[in-house]
Parts: sequence; structure tokens; C-alpha cells
Amino acid sequence: MAEETRNGEPLPPLAPVSRRGFLLKLGIALNVVAAALFTIPIIGFLFSPMRRVAWQAWIPLGPLTSFPQDETRLATYRNPFVGPWDGETGNIPCWVRRLDGDKFQVFAINCTHLGCPVRWFSESGLFMCPCHGGVYYADGARASGPPPRGLFEYDYKVEAGQLWVRGGQLPTLSERV
Amino acid sequence: MRLIRSIATWFDHRLQLGTSLGEVATHPVPRSTANWWYVFGSATLVLFALQIISGICLSTFYVPAASEAWKSLEVLNYEQPLGWFLRAVHGWGSNFMVAMMTAHMVQVFLFGAHKYPRELTWIVGVVLFALTLGMAFTGQILRFDQDAYWGLGIGASIAGRSPFIGSQVVHLLLGGPIIAGETLSRFFALHVFVIPGLLLGFVGLHLLLVLKLGINEWPMPGRLVNRETYRQEYEELVHRDGVPFFPHAAQRDLVFAALIVFAVLACAAIFGPFGPNGEPDPTLIHTAPRPDFYFLSLFALFALLPAYLETPLILTAPVIGILLLIALPFLSGTGEKSYRRRPIAVLSVVLSFLTIGTLAWLGTYAPWSPVIDAWSALPTPVQYLRGRTPLELQGALVLQNKQCRNCHSLGGEGGLRGPALDGVATRLTRDQLIRQVIQGGGNMPAYGKNLKPQEVTALVTFLETLRPGYEPATRNSTVLATHGD
Repeated sequence: MAEETRNGEPLPPLAPVSRRGFLLKLGIALNVVAAALFTIPIIGFLFSPMRRVAWQAWIPLGPLTSFPQDETRLATYRNPFVGPWDGETGNIPCWVRRLDGDKFQVFAINCTHLGCPVRWFSESGLFMCPCHGGVYYADGARASGPPPRGLFEYDYKVEAGQLWVRGGQLPTLSERV
Repeated sequence: MRLIRSIATWFDHRLQLGTSLGEVATHPVPRSTANWWYVFGSATLVLFALQIISGICLSTFYVPAASEAWKSLEVLNYEQPLGWFLRAVHGWGSNFMVAMMTAHMVQVFLFGAHKYPRELTWIVGVVLFALTLGMAFTGQILRFDQDAYWGLGIGASIAGRSPFIGSQVVHLLLGGPIIAGETLSRFFALHVFVIPGLLLGFVGLHLLLVLKLGINEWPMPGRLVNRETYRQEYEELVHRDGVPFFPHAAQRDLVFAALIVFAVLACAAIFGPFGPNGEPDPTLIHTAPRPDFYFLSLFALFALLPAYLETPLILTAPVIGILLLIALPFLSGTGEKSYRRRPIAVLSVVLSFLTIGTLAWLGTYAPWSPVIDAWSALPTPVQYLRGRTPLELQGALVLQNKQCRNCHSLGGEGGLRGPALDGVATRLTRDQLIRQVIQGGGNMPAYGKNLKPQEVTALVTFLETLRPGYEPATRNSTVLATHGD
């Protein structure tokens, strides 16, 4: 067979050469180091979104005049943490409820059950979710269905005739807006 | 013909693969396996090839960027010649692949093929099943429309329920703080590189194991699997009553696979591509997100699980399910192979299908969800309005305007979240009706703050007329008589 001969002569028997053993070990060790040097930046690259703790910034929602007293209106803002190719996915809606003068409640659009967009029904004064039937009262409290809590609420402030909210990330049960 | 033969000889002279390929193709298999029940695995493989080819074609056109993906799908559908057809083949191919893989899995389970010595073949198969479902989910995300967007929201919300590291997992999943460009790119990398690469590797391993261990023979009731004797018995069986895989068994695989490809092409041509539906713009909130059919059962489960079970079950059930399937050959690795002598195996298959089927069927019409436009779109049945007093008619208007019908049906139309109101007066007294409307309860919101007293009066007066066939209304006295309190 081809492996056993060279130019028709049998190969000499393998002698235990210590240098070869050393070189093999060195080769393995070098590759382990090289793999680690390559793996660490890859992990850092792929897992980088985990390192930032909170994406939050103050965002203007518009002049106070666009939010009538005792009404709940849909407002949208451009997420402050967007990239050039995020397109319309960077536009985030929220529900603004003006209570009294400068008193507001600003709710995230996402149902606290599984994040679907809740809709406001002014006639019955309820938010309803189209996915699994979660219902909330006008003040965001849970009314019925599977949601484990009331709607997520933004921090807000009124400055220079504008309503501002603090937001920037998708709210989930372990992460506020 | 002569030329082809000489070219083939030239190559084989250098590659020296002809003999071994021939041996693989003609390796003896039990005669009983040259049977129509043994065609699902190869059909799944052919569908996988179909998916790879159509997927590569689509990747030459699709733009995996959040701002452009949806538009590129629309252009594929309506402008690129035959773009619609390739999208349709890829979409239908995925449905067929999940279905065929399920059929294959059920067949090998019922025929006891997971038992000794093919445990590893089964485990690799379970991995392939999980990876294929992973392809189905990520593919649904690449169809970047409203369902994909809110589907990602559901995924993120589930991840956000993990203890301690919830927010980190959410951000890892989304590649940032919100569902946006990085999210789509992540799922693109998974769908196009990572999972297909794993699939190719595990498919190779699966086939190698099938070749090394032989195709599972037709299970005979009473012929038990014994670790000491099985392999020898199999060798003898193949030796005594074996046929070459090609053409005896392979001819059925060929016919069936071709029929399946015809079916995919026909479905694609007749029914066309799946979506995309609305643009993935989160400010367009008038949407009712629904998953593709293989995830409808999960979607239903999320609505029906009691709250205290939800988080632990959502997070652990997929892991437990996969672990159970992997553990199966170790729990019942020997003994009876035939489904005729394995009633628990047959029952568990039937039960699984009934459960998943029922949940998926519920998922298609989602009785737990309010019908969002019922209050403004549905007519009040005319028999409930005829001969009513002005106050009762006012009540009918209140019922409509306050969106009661989003959750309650009248005349068979409306939401199914709450009970139908057609015979409500025969179940609840006037006082009970008032209490229920104002205070809610039993999963109904309280309307006390949103109804004026006169509206409550009108509504309840109308509800009291809802007695089909002039059945007597419930009165306090009859409640006392029947309940004894």
C-alpha cells in the first residue's frame, strides 16, 4: 500500500524522538493560546449588548397643547439609540394620558404579558391587547386577562412647554422603559 | 454515453470513490424495510435540499436591514420575475419540512427505531428537529412584517421573565435596547449561516449512523430487543433476508420524494407566498399579531396557562421537552419494538397530537382575545330591538358603544372572552347584573367609573330583556329557592 512504502522501500521504524514530542506539545499549546486570543474578542463582540446596563435618555414628545385635558392620546418618538439602517423600527409609540394641568401618565405601548401593542378605547376607558386578551384600566392598572401587572409607565417631565419622557428600551418584566 | 463513461472513469481513477459509493448505495437492508412507511426521512432530506436552493436564490435579493427588508420582500413578490414563486416554494417547503419531519419522528418512534443500538441516531434526530423548528422561527422573523416585529416582542418578553439576568438576555437577543436593525441582522446570521451549518453537520452524522447501524427492521410483535443478541440477530436477518438498498428500498424513496416536491411546487403555484403582511412599523398599532401554524399551539398556551404556572412553564417547558425526547432511548432502550405491544407509546403520540392540535385550533381563532372592532362593526340582532321601550333601546346602544361586544357575543357575533349575552337574564338577576357591570369580577373589568348611573340603568334594563323564547327571567326569589341561601 502507498502509505507503507517510499520509492518501493519500507519506511524505517518510528523511533521515539523527544524533540518531536516537544514540538507536538508546543504546537498544541500555541493553538490553545491562539484559539483563546480569537475567542475572547468574538465573545466580546457578540455579547456586547449585554454589557450596557440601561439605555435611557430624555425624549421630547411634543408641546403640551397636543395633549388635551382628561384624554389619552397616542404619541410617537424616535428612539434615541438607533442606527442608520433601523428605519421605521426606530419609531416608538406610547400612550399619553393628561390628568390635570402638568400631571401626566405616559404608558408604554407593550402589554406586560408578552409585549403586544395595547389599544386605547376611550368609550369604555380601557386598554385592550389583541394577542391574549389582557385588559387595563385608564390609569394603567391591570383589569383582567393574563398580564401579571399594570402597564409600564415612563418617567416624565414638563420643560419649556414640552412633555418629555425618559425611555429608550423595550420594556419587559425585568426591564423598565 | 461512451464519453460520459470515460470522463467518469477519469475522475474515479483519481478520486477512487466509485467502489465505496457503490457499496453504500447497495448495502443490504432488511427486505421488510423496502416499504412505504420508510420514506419520510429521505423526503425530509429532499425538502431540506429544496430549502437550501430556494433560500440561496432568495438571499441574492433579500436585504437583511430593518429599514429595507420589508420593501425587498414586496419587490420580490411583485417586481422580480418569479420572486413570488421562490418565496412561495421556500415558505411552503418549510411547512412541508416540519410536517414531514414530524411524520418521520412519529414513524421511527412507533416502530421502536429509537431502541438499542440506535439511541444516538434518535438523539441526533431530536437535535435536527429542534434545529428545524429554529429555522422555522428565524425564517418567520426574516419575513420582516408586523407579525415578525411583535413576534420578536413576545420572544423578548419571554426572555425578560428569566430570573436575575432577564434584561441582559433581552438585550443579547435583540442586539440592542429595542427591536431594530441589529435584531434582524442577528436572526439573519442564525437563519442563513449558523443553523443551516449545524443542520448540515448533524444530517451527515444522522446518515452516517443509519449506515453504520443499519435501517431499523420491521417490528414484529414479540421479537424483543436484547443488548447481548440484537446486533448478531440483525446481521443474520440482513444476511438471510436482505435486499440491496438501491434499488429495492430507494425506489420508493425516489417516488415519494418526487411527489412531495410536486406537492410543494403545486402549493406554491396555487396558493402563493406567505405575506409579508403590514410594514414592521411599531407605530401602526392596529394589528393583531399571530404566529405561523407550528407556533399557534404555544401562542394558545400563553393565553390559557394560569398566571402562577406561566413564567416557570414558559422558561422550562421547551428544555424539559427536548430533554425528555433525548432521554427516551435510555428510558425504554430495549424490549418490545412493535407499536402493537406498546399501548403507552401509541397513547402518548395520540395525546400529543390531540393536545397540540386542539391548542393550535384554538390559536386560529383566539377566543381569549377581544374582537377589537366588534362594537363598531357588528349589527345588534334585530329580534333584540323589536318592541323594546326607549330605555331598553338606550341600553342596547350603551352595550354597543361601551365595547361590551368586544368580549361578549350577541346572536353568535362578537368576542368570546366572556359569556354570550343572549340569555343573560335567565342566569343573573337585576341586582347581580348591576353588581357585575359596576364591580366586574370573574375576569371582567369593573365599569363603575366609565358608566353614568343612568347608563347602567339603561344597560341593565336592556340586558333583562335578553331571554330567548320568553324563558322566565331569574328573580331573587328563584335564586333563593334554588340555592337555598
